[in-house]
Amino acid sequence: MAEFRMPSLGADMEAGTLVEWKVKPGDRVNRGDLVAVVDTDKGAIDIEIWEDGTISSVLVQPGTKVPVGTVLALVSSAGEAATPAAAAPGAQAPPPPTRPPARASPRAPPAALPGRARVSPAARARARELGVDLSAVRGTGPDGVVTRADVDAAAAQARPTSMRQAIGAAMARSKREIPHYYLAADVDVSRALAWLAAENERRPLAERLLPLVLLLKAVARAAREVPEMNGLFVDGAFRPAEAVHLGVAISLRQGGLVAPALHDVDRKPLGELMRELGDLVTRARSGGLRSSELADATLTVTSLGDLGVQSVFGIIYPPQVALVGFGRIQERPWVVDGRVEVRPIVTATLAGDHRVSDGIRSAQFLAAVDRQLQAPEAP
Amino acid sequence: MTREEIREVVLSILAGIAPEIDVEEIRPGADLRDELDIDSMDFLRFLVRVEERLGVSVPEKDYPRVRTLASCVAYLEERGAAARVT
Repeated sequence: MAEFRMPSLGADMEAGTLVEWKVKPGDRVNRGDLVAVVDTDKGAIDIEIWEDGTISSVLVQPGTKVPVGTVLALVSSAGEAATPAAAAPGAQAPPPPTRPPARASPRAPPAALPGRARVSPAARARARELGVDLSAVRGTGPDGVVTRADVDAAAAQARPTSMRQAIGAAMARSKREIPHYYLAADVDVSRALAWLAAENERRPLAERLLPLVLLLKAVARAAREVPEMNGLFVDGAFRPAEAVHLGVAISLRQGGLVAPALHDVDRKPLGELMRELGDLVTRARSGGLRSSELADATLTVTSLGDLGVQSVFGIIYPPQVALVGFGRIQERPWVVDGRVEVRPIVTATLAGDHRVSDGIRSAQFLAAVDRQLQAPEAP
Repeated sequence: MTREEIREVVLSILAGIAPEIDVEEIRPGADLRDELDIDSMDFLRFLVRVEERLGVSVPEKDYPRVRTLASCVAYLEERGAAARVT
């Protein structure tokens, strides 16, 4: 009998609330099936199971908040008779029937979305400036629209949201435990952008590539060359990862961010990566991320280029051992063959973990990112 | 389509991308990315929906012409008129 437990969806998660079962006792499950929805500081997450078998009993009912590691259900493996729920260890009585899986209609998005107040662009800009979580602001304008004055009033009595607290806790732990060091390198991306422009010219609009996809691909290939950047520091030792699953920092419209994993970035074609990235961004912002996406990242990339910053020096997301940052691609004077030319340049940064790597290896890593960006057409 | 009809379609697309924004408050000359706090992925999604709803595919070289609400509507009107002529 296998135990299906509340998973840890990141170093900052201590507990989660079971929102919904998508299976019931007696249901057959296969590895990778979505079996439950759990509400976390990152929003509602679809939880996958990693066993083949039959749900024997569910031990936790929807609406219950339990610590990470709590047994949520028992799963009998293939060939093993499903144990009646009443006989399940730890279960005093047969659990009441769970809600039927919502197969007929799509799951409702996180509560923050439908309940979110409408807001004017000016008020939204003010909220960003003051760091106010708009989902917690009551609008007093016409039809309940959140005004700039509402944002100012909310800022005066603002308390950190649970997501902000979770981010703060994880980053404080990172800074406490990881001896960070930082490197930066400016990369000429004129060749990459020229290739991208030509490539996008022949692609239908819906299949166009963003520069971010090229940056992610370059990072993933560089991680293959310098494996000290790609893996987890667990139980006092570095464990290099076999695959390159890049965590992509995605800002949420209601404030905060998540960094779900884009899988096998080094091996997938750019078109496939672009589709998966678009899907990941959509689900991060509207609900529907999967537990594996929150737990699988082996190296995280944050890009603040859209916001105009030149460079970002990030904090490593434990138990990962490095974080790559990209600023805005901007035209700058650049010396080529002894002459000054105007070229599109991006600043790539790396936050490294001195328990695992030194500046030399990280410099080699950033050099590899540069080299990969000079050959964007490489399959 | 009239300019006003095009504007209504554009606003309804933007409302779907930034659902909490009161799109009637968008300043016509302001950069849509700043005004709606959208990133390049959202902007691409906006252009995909423009193509679906209005039949106009905006090439990358024309992105600067669809940066604001006013210029976007004018551009789409121009492209629509051209398409009708040909």
